[in-house]
Amino acid sequence: MTSRRPTTTDDLLARTLREEAGPLVARLSRRFGDFDLAEESVQGAVVEALTSWRRDGPPQRPGAWLQVAATRNAMDGMRHRDRQRALAARADVPTTDEAGEGTDDRLALLFACCHPALAPDARLALTLRAVVGLTTPQIARAFLVHESTLAQRIVRAKRKIVSAGIALTVPPQADLTSRLTDVLAVVYVMFNEGFVSSTGPAQDRDLAADAVWLADVIATSLPDEAEAWGLAALLTIQHARGRARFADGDLVLLRDQDRDLWDHDAIAAGERLIERAASLRQPGRYQLQAAIAAVHATAASWAETDWLQISLLYEELSRHDPSPVVRLNHVVAHAQVVGPVDALARLETLAEPLAEYHLFHATRAELLTSVGRDDEAAAANRRALELTANDAERRLLTTRLHRRPLSDGS
Amino acid sequence: MKYVLMYTSRPDLAGETDPEAAHAIYKRVYEWFGENAGVMADSGAELLGVETATTVKHDADGAVVVDGPFNEAKEVIGGFSVIDVADMDAAIAVVKSWPMLDLPGVAVEIRPMVEDYSHMEG
Repeated sequence: MTSRRPTTTDDLLARTLREEAGPLVARLSRRFGDFDLAEESVQGAVVEALTSWRRDGPPQRPGAWLQVAATRNAMDGMRHRDRQRALAARADVPTTDEAGEGTDDRLALLFACCHPALAPDARLALTLRAVVGLTTPQIARAFLVHESTLAQRIVRAKRKIVSAGIALTVPPQADLTSRLTDVLAVVYVMFNEGFVSSTGPAQDRDLAADAVWLADVIATSLPDEAEAWGLAALLTIQHARGRARFADGDLVLLRDQDRDLWDHDAIAAGERLIERAASLRQPGRYQLQAAIAAVHATAASWAETDWLQISLLYEELSRHDPSPVVRLNHVVAHAQVVGPVDALARLETLAEPLAEYHLFHATRAELLTSVGRDDEAAAANRRALELTANDAERRLLTTRLHRRPLSDGS
Repeated sequence: MKYVLMYTSRPDLAGETDPEAAHAIYKRVYEWFGENAGVMADSGAELLGVETATTVKHDADGAVVVDGPFNEAKEVIGGFSVIDVADMDAAIAVVKSWPMLDLPGVAVEIRPMVEDYSHMEG
């Protein structure tokens, strides 16, 4: 927010693409019976829009503009092919119209892009391109990957969708929940990429905002899936606190954040999403994470946070997700309830699985500081610094290391 | 679309199943072929063990004949089928019910078959 000043045109473009790119790919691939062609045509139109709208200002009906441009590209593409093959392809179009009545095109596309038969890194890249409408250079910038590497990854995934017969449909009820897990995981990763790298190189799209939007689309389209609402709630609340997470490009820890900068309306909206999820009575990891985020987001200050509640929620969360990282977060909350000595003992049980995880060492450093074991704390901080890959986090840890004698543990 | 299903196993792990359980699984395999007869484009074949395999491979001096399967992978192909279903999801659904998947080391590779050679023409 602070470093990035998008023009109105870019904002409008981002919003239009978000709303239109996915459905357009789905519609064109149905019409022409060719996902690859549809995807290329929409991407072509996106690139045309980027240059033309910035130069001449946005058109009166941006959605229609994009549709006309993409359809024209697709027609050109068809014309370049053997006419016989084109006709054959058109005859071959699966009759998704019957099955797809009332289901969202965009959702079907999302399920195809997040299909378990595609490599996980390809799922995210393809989703960003086909569903969200980001261009390959934009995605490459966001993930600090070589454009050619990323382009290759996307091409390979698209080819597999087409040649291996991955259907552009929302899976039937029996498979829906397990397939949805993959879809939600992609959106979650997408949000975190956007959230963590927001001080990285200047971006022309806000990935985190796109992820919040996408989570909302999924929940609204699949209203009986509790975890979809849970993810929407979680991302809404996290995003609402986004503005306070950085000051002058430096990462600000939750305890030090200016809570006036949080978007309290969005936090309240997130709480309503949690209630909506809870009413379906299928608890899950995203709902629990959202509940934890909500306790933090509604506390008046770090000191007044309901740590017991958070600790209990983490305990429940570790039943759904017994990963060491969840257990680490549990220890952090636990420390606030019972004190650092007991927490340190618990933390040591995670030393092996989290040996390479910077936040393990950063947490350990904090606990060691608060019990006065300063030399060990400094060593742990140095280890954390060696392991962190993110510039903002590295700066935070460096600051902490240098002001160690005066530190209050933050 | 036609897909080839390649049934693979790990001989090093296969020995651990007791004969009675193995017999039960073979019975279920037989039933499985019956249940899926509708999608079988070619019921394929079960293959004899890897110890019977002979490989002909490229060599600087021309083709050479060697004993054994073509690579030293732990997994070996034990048989194959050809199915004809609507899409990948349908193929996955068929494969997920393959009774042998209850055994450790068993995996099934799904590969679409090339059916359209028109793009080769020019």
